[in-house]
Amino acid sequence: MDLSLSDEQKQLQDAAERFVRDKYTFENRRKIAATEKGWLTENWAQMAELGWLGMAFSEEDGGYGGGPIETMIVMEQFGKGLVLEPFLPTVVLGGGMIAKAGSKAQKESLLAPMIEGKKQFAFAWLERQSRYNLADVSLKATKEGNGWSLSGHKGVVYNAPSADHIIVLARTSGSAREEKGLTLFVVDAKAKGITRRDYPTQDALRASELTFDKVSVGADAVLGKVDDAFGVVEDAVDHAIVALCAEATGCMDAINAATLEYIKTRKQFGVPIGKFQVLQHRMVDCFTNAQEARSMTLMASLKIDDKDSVVRRKAASGAKVQIGKSGKFCGQSAVQMHGGMGVTDELSVSHYFKRLTMIDLMFGNQQHHLTRYSNLAMAA
Amino acid sequence: MDLAFTPEEQKFADEVRAFVRANLPADIRDKVKNGKHLIRDDYMRWQQALGKQGWLVYTWPKKHGGPGFTPAQRYIFENICAEEYAPGIIPFGTKMVGPVIYTFGNDEQKAKYLEPIRASTVWWCQGYSEPGSGSDLASLRTKAEKQGDHYIVNGSKTWNTMGHWADWIFCLVRTDPKAKPQEGISFLLIDMKTPGITVKPIIMADGGHEVNEVFFDNVKVPVANLVGKENEGWTCAKFLLANERLSIAAVPQSKRGVEALKDIARAEQDNGRPLIENQTFAEKIADLEIQLTALEYTELRALSSMAHGGQPGPEVSGLKVRGSEIQQRITDLTMEAVGEYAAPYLPGLLWQGSNEEPVGPSYAHQVAPRYFNTRKTTIYGGSNEIQKGIISKMVLGL
Repeated sequence: MDLSLSDEQKQLQDAAERFVRDKYTFENRRKIAATEKGWLTENWAQMAELGWLGMAFSEEDGGYGGGPIETMIVMEQFGKGLVLEPFLPTVVLGGGMIAKAGSKAQKESLLAPMIEGKKQFAFAWLERQSRYNLADVSLKATKEGNGWSLSGHKGVVYNAPSADHIIVLARTSGSAREEKGLTLFVVDAKAKGITRRDYPTQDALRASELTFDKVSVGADAVLGKVDDAFGVVEDAVDHAIVALCAEATGCMDAINAATLEYIKTRKQFGVPIGKFQVLQHRMVDCFTNAQEARSMTLMASLKIDDKDSVVRRKAASGAKVQIGKSGKFCGQSAVQMHGGMGVTDELSVSHYFKRLTMIDLMFGNQQHHLTRYSNLAMAA
Repeated sequence: MDLAFTPEEQKFADEVRAFVRANLPADIRDKVKNGKHLIRDDYMRWQQALGKQGWLVYTWPKKHGGPGFTPAQRYIFENICAEEYAPGIIPFGTKMVGPVIYTFGNDEQKAKYLEPIRASTVWWCQGYSEPGSGSDLASLRTKAEKQGDHYIVNGSKTWNTMGHWADWIFCLVRTDPKAKPQEGISFLLIDMKTPGITVKPIIMADGGHEVNEVFFDNVKVPVANLVGKENEGWTCAKFLLANERLSIAAVPQSKRGVEALKDIARAEQDNGRPLIENQTFAEKIADLEIQLTALEYTELRALSSMAHGGQPGPEVSGLKVRGSEIQQRITDLTMEAVGEYAAPYLPGLLWQGSNEEPVGPSYAHQVAPRYFNTRKTTIYGGSNEIQKGIISKMVLGL
């Protein structure tokens, strides 16, 4: 048993820290968020060059043989800087699903260029009625000659405006909410029949509503097995959850540091407000919450590739519950302790708060994962 | 980074489990498993068995006669002892005064006191709090006046745990009434048989006797019993508290508590179904389990950083606060699980061999006493409010 980072992992951490320090000062981030696509090509190229886009994949798949711990290390630093490049949809979700379920040809044509920074992905799973049920899919794919025809709607598809390929979760058989009968398709983002409505999200990312109107794809667009995508999707989403937890941990560290600094300097009643016990105890609670978030993220990163699927799923849900709870506590407390300044756009605090709030909603909020964890614990 | 035990660690775990199974007397195991009161002899029998094995002072380094466990071995040892229903090791000698003596004591003191702690032939208790000095410990007034080669001690100590079973007490006493509060305190070892000491029980809300008030009336203590320098006892006191911090999270005990809670929730009925199938209640247990996992991994992170020669970071500061809250939450949910059958007050059933007939389920009588008793965890060892004050000052610099 050893929970410390290896020398290589420490170097990775240093490099990610340096990247965030150099590229993501708060003012810089503001500028990046205001660009048309909302992230920088040069930053993406640098991530590819540093090997981050391939670090979590096996050497067989053209990666560098790391795993969830490497992803955790980098995502935590991304959280500190509120990094905007689409690492999660492209690398963790898209890359993750292709590595897991893709054919040799798909890995060559999709994963290899992704690792080089030349392809980006978006994962379209959510629909208007889905809430957090990954199997509540009604976008239909029907046989059309040798290939398929896709029709339906997908919502809040992160990175769809920039993605080269959309990975679409579609129903190929079975009834609504049935886990069997789901299939993944890799669709060219510019394919005929796709209409996009692009928008920024509350936390300055980019997403789209997508309408598929008889979008034709070949048989080679199927990722994995027909009717059998649910396990792949659930696993990829659980990996994404753990990565998000690491990002949230970084956000919490940053927002706590900002708040601590603020209550040490802001004076009222003739003293720094950090002299007041009620604020001191709240600040301590913020730090404890962040420590718990870090611990649960580490636990989940260590267990997310476990052989036992119950262990994997409980790890992801347990961590997501903690991140939801801690993120809300740290975020709301930070705003409260900053007073009026906390609700302005001017300070970074509100930006971290917005990201933490959106992370709780992604792939199931605290309550959803508490229920999932509880059901898994009961079944075990 | 690896969660799995190394082959050596696994071998050690097997060794610990085999030892506990072979050496923990069955009657003691049963008492712990069934929540019965333990008596002095129960603790001593188990601790002496551990002492013979060299494991009683499992946190001590080799040079002071400890086993020199790695942090991972500590974790394994604590968890297996709890899993096998061994009684908790009484900390006053092993984790409190022992390390103070080997850190601040002179050679004579080390020679005299350490071996009986390692072998558990002497029972120690603690004299810190006073009726007027609880959270504000440094305001303590029990005074020790030097007369020749003795101190004359007068005053009283309270919340003294298990002092009615103790052979010795370590005390914080005021040796310089004119100095600033922290600067006039000394750390003194006192034989409980010394004339002038009276131990008066304090009966707690659960009806049990585990703490006392201890009165000192012109008690003569040899100057040789002073540990460290006169008026520098606060240094020992702070060292002791910091040393205690790591083992106060009580993760293994809480894991056992959660399992017991689940057993009860399986046995209890709710609208014709096992209570554990009630979604709301099941989610409360799930939430508790997640809190406990977070605490456990926080402790593991600290142990890991210690294994690499680092000092435990700020993460350990919150361990006592969260650990104590979790201990209380377990009793809270257990009360909720047994419902009205927590009401019958049957203290006799808390003793092994009682002939009293249980009322309702066999586990119910101990649930309320434990709930009431466990309120202490957020108060003792420095209340959680005091802990947060310490973290805020020492870690956050506020």
